[in-house]
Amino acid sequence: MTDLLTLTDLVVDIPHRRGTLRAIDGVSLSIARGEVLGLVGESGAGKSMIGNAVIGLLARPAHVAGGEIWLGDRRIDRLAPHQMRQLRGRRIGMIFQDPQTSLNPLMRIGDQLVETIRLHRPMPAASARTEAIRLLDEVGIPAPEERMAYWPHQFSGGQRQRIVIALALAGEPELIIADEPTTALDVSVQAQIIRLLKRLCADRGVAVMLITHDMGVIAETADRVCVLYAGRVAETGPVTEVLSRPRHPYTVGLMDAIPSLDPARGEPGVATLRQIPGAMPSIAARPSGCAFHPRCASATPDCARVRPDPRPAGRSEVACPVCAPTHEDAAS
Amino acid sequence: MISFLLSRAVQAIATMLMVTLIAFVLFRYVGDPVNQMVGIETSLADRAKLREDLGLNDPMPVQYARFLVRAARFDFGTSYQQKESVAVLIGARLPATLELSLISVVFAIAAGVPLGVLAGLHPRSLAARAFMALSLLGVSLPTFLIGILLIFVFSVHLGWLPSFGRGQTVQIGGWSTGLLTASGWRSIILPAITLGLFQMTLIMRLVRAEIMEVLRTDYIKFARARGLPDRIVHFGHALRNTLIPVITVTGLQIGSIIAFSIITETVFQWPGMGLLFLQAVQNADVPVMAAYLMLIAALFVTINLAVDLLYMAVDPRIRIGRAAA
Amino acid sequence: MTRVTRALDSDLMYSFRRTPGAMIAAALSCALILGAVLAPVIAPHDPFDPSGLSILDNFLPPAWDAAGDPRFLLGTDDQGRDLLSAMLYGLRVSLAVGFASVIFALILGVTLGLIAGYAGGWADNLIMRAADIQMTFPAILIALLLAGIFRGTAAQGASGAGPLALLVFSIGLSFWVQYARTVRGSVLIEANREYVLAARLIGISAPAILIRHILPNVMGPVLVIATINLALAIIIEATLSFLGVGVPPGSPSLGTLIRVGNDYLFSGEWWITLFPGAVLGVLALSVNLFGDWLRDALNPRLG
Repeated sequence: MTDLLTLTDLVVDIPHRRGTLRAIDGVSLSIARGEVLGLVGESGAGKSMIGNAVIGLLARPAHVAGGEIWLGDRRIDRLAPHQMRQLRGRRIGMIFQDPQTSLNPLMRIGDQLVETIRLHRPMPAASARTEAIRLLDEVGIPAPEERMAYWPHQFSGGQRQRIVIALALAGEPELIIADEPTTALDVSVQAQIIRLLKRLCADRGVAVMLITHDMGVIAETADRVCVLYAGRVAETGPVTEVLSRPRHPYTVGLMDAIPSLDPARGEPGVATLRQIPGAMPSIAARPSGCAFHPRCASATPDCARVRPDPRPAGRSEVACPVCAPTHEDAAS
Repeated sequence: MISFLLSRAVQAIATMLMVTLIAFVLFRYVGDPVNQMVGIETSLADRAKLREDLGLNDPMPVQYARFLVRAARFDFGTSYQQKESVAVLIGARLPATLELSLISVVFAIAAGVPLGVLAGLHPRSLAARAFMALSLLGVSLPTFLIGILLIFVFSVHLGWLPSFGRGQTVQIGGWSTGLLTASGWRSIILPAITLGLFQMTLIMRLVRAEIMEVLRTDYIKFARARGLPDRIVHFGHALRNTLIPVITVTGLQIGSIIAFSIITETVFQWPGMGLLFLQAVQNADVPVMAAYLMLIAALFVTINLAVDLLYMAVDPRIRIGRAAA
Repeated sequence: MTRVTRALDSDLMYSFRRTPGAMIAAALSCALILGAVLAPVIAPHDPFDPSGLSILDNFLPPAWDAAGDPRFLLGTDDQGRDLLSAMLYGLRVSLAVGFASVIFALILGVTLGLIAGYAGGWADNLIMRAADIQMTFPAILIALLLAGIFRGTAAQGASGAGPLALLVFSIGLSFWVQYARTVRGSVLIEANREYVLAARLIGISAPAILIRHILPNVMGPVLVIATINLALAIIIEATLSFLGVGVPPGSPSLGTLIRVGNDYLFSGEWWITLFPGAVLGVLALSVNLFGDWLRDALNPRLG
């Protein structure tokens, strides 16, 4: 598989009245065509910031201050606004967290769909309408023809998120950035929406960057997972590997914090639920060295000084010299 | 939705009852109607008879009811000062005030909305900052001061525009209009700007704030994420969503404009209702005051109701309930 | 006490120092208030002393004009009064009426708001419905009507401090609503807090609870409203005086001076109108700016 999206050493800065905050501090990751990459981390870890950086919609004053973003063989982090605009919707789609607020309340959903379809795929209004109805049908809106004339407020939250997905797919993009697509929904609807998103993207070979803090969603959906902590990658790897054999102490902590009924990890029926001591440092007060070291049980004095880079460990890459030592480290 | 309308209607009626009651008390107890109608030489017996004839000895609710019925028939009594029917006096002044108010509202919207859009879309631009700074003057300075400044610059100093009166008017039926003559148009420019300036700055600031607010919403971000060009995002999506509060506020401002015309009409000696009312206040001409009070209240209440209706007509979220869920 | 120190803590001062507009506005407001307070000391003439006036000095242009007189820096009015002195004294009247109106509105509104919020029931209903009705109309219209009514009732033989008190009354009555609404809202929240319930349990009377416990907690937003309303009160006073239903000509306010001077705008004596107008404009603008900044900086939930 060739990589569709590649980030190398991405840095996002937020200038502030008392200096500059580094929200994303050297993140490298890649997504292959048709692949679903889960981006997990606590709020404030920088997940959404990465998504916004890729699609070029970082809220001012945040901006890409270093590194590169490549979409296929095209570098997209310093495109002119109008060039970036042509990518949005057409090659990269985005789905936001809250379907209640993602749709323009004063526009019929049919108009919003037709407008988006015709923008990216020039066609007569009648064909765009047919296409819109087809999309609505595909995302599971019953009686789509009639619903074209409905206003957003006439739909339930789950239905609205389906419409949002239809809108994101309307330009036939190659990559969808889904930023917490189910967080704002009822638990009963979450699974449906995730399955729908996964099926539609798989059918079309669309890659997905799935931003979430929900390990359950990741386990069900993602091919690979990338764990973020304080603006840096802690661990990346195939989802089966990371979930079953977490290596980075932070990932281990995350896994332990999930209520688990998995008999392989603990005694049957006994849910061991532990918490990582402390809280993730705020963006303004990130510790030196490995940002996790103040909360880490296996931290060494070196951890406070040296910033670890990800290196291979099994089928994953882990940014921790203690738990994923290289051969040289082991030898010394 | 029906209950919303009903509660608004009830509130409107309550307001009108309250205001008419105040007007009635004013009319009946501030100054003595009999003393105002007769001369000093009238005998006490004659006065008592007149008092009885006018029904001033009836129980108060009866008098109030009679007052209401008369007011509904536009019978507001006779002006103490001008010894003429108040309804006739006001009717003669009404066209001047309404024309002035109309032109002011048109000016406020025509200038306020585009400037607000400009300032909202490009808040950091030099023009936007300049307009915001100027609008602060418009909001802070008293209306009469702005009028005086305009007169000083454009009438006294430059001598371009007249500083008082309506210019030539044309009589159409019972309506005297200044909008059909060149001198009428020249005369209305300064007063209309003075009267509309406050509302213009208000609309401009509101549009700017709404645009900036809307541009931060998720659906605008989602529209951008779908690749919609700025032009469509700004004018197709953002502007449409700012118009509801703008319509509401502008509608509500129409009442204020007519009320504030009191000040502008004084500065420019514009022969409208406001000037009439002010003279009534200065001379304690109670029937005119009471009538103006009720007219203005009726106007405000009607406008508020109309704005509520309009609001419902524009916003689908109110117009159509949650049909499907 | 902690509330005061918190209000003056570094963030507020930081924002103040970062906002040159607010600093200039505050400085101008202070200068004007100082000028008004010290008017009897710094005014070059006593504009109300008839013996010091000479009709021969009337209509003198400002001192820098060729026809000016160095004794009268900003010129003289129709009666030969020194304009600078008249303006200082006028500023005094304008500010006095403005402050008094705001204080009156504040006391009235806070009291009614406390009653409405704490008593509830019909008292609450009555007060808030009256507030709703009043909010339908612009404050200046209400003040004008009230001033007119008072003039009507007190038409015979009103003089001295009477008209000023009535003016304060009219202006104050025209904007008590905002205070009442804010205070009522806060009372509804505070009244259910533990400390109020505890005070009630140990038998402290309702007025004592309101004044000792709840009032300090609602003063922040109330003071912000008061600052913003001060500009409004000054403008309303000036407008009423300009319209001839405000401060009587005997002790002219800035609005009265402008009204008098307006008659001479066309005959070339522009200074009689424009100087008081400029002072009024600067005053209204700077108080407004300061109030805006204070509101943004404290950002209480208003309205």
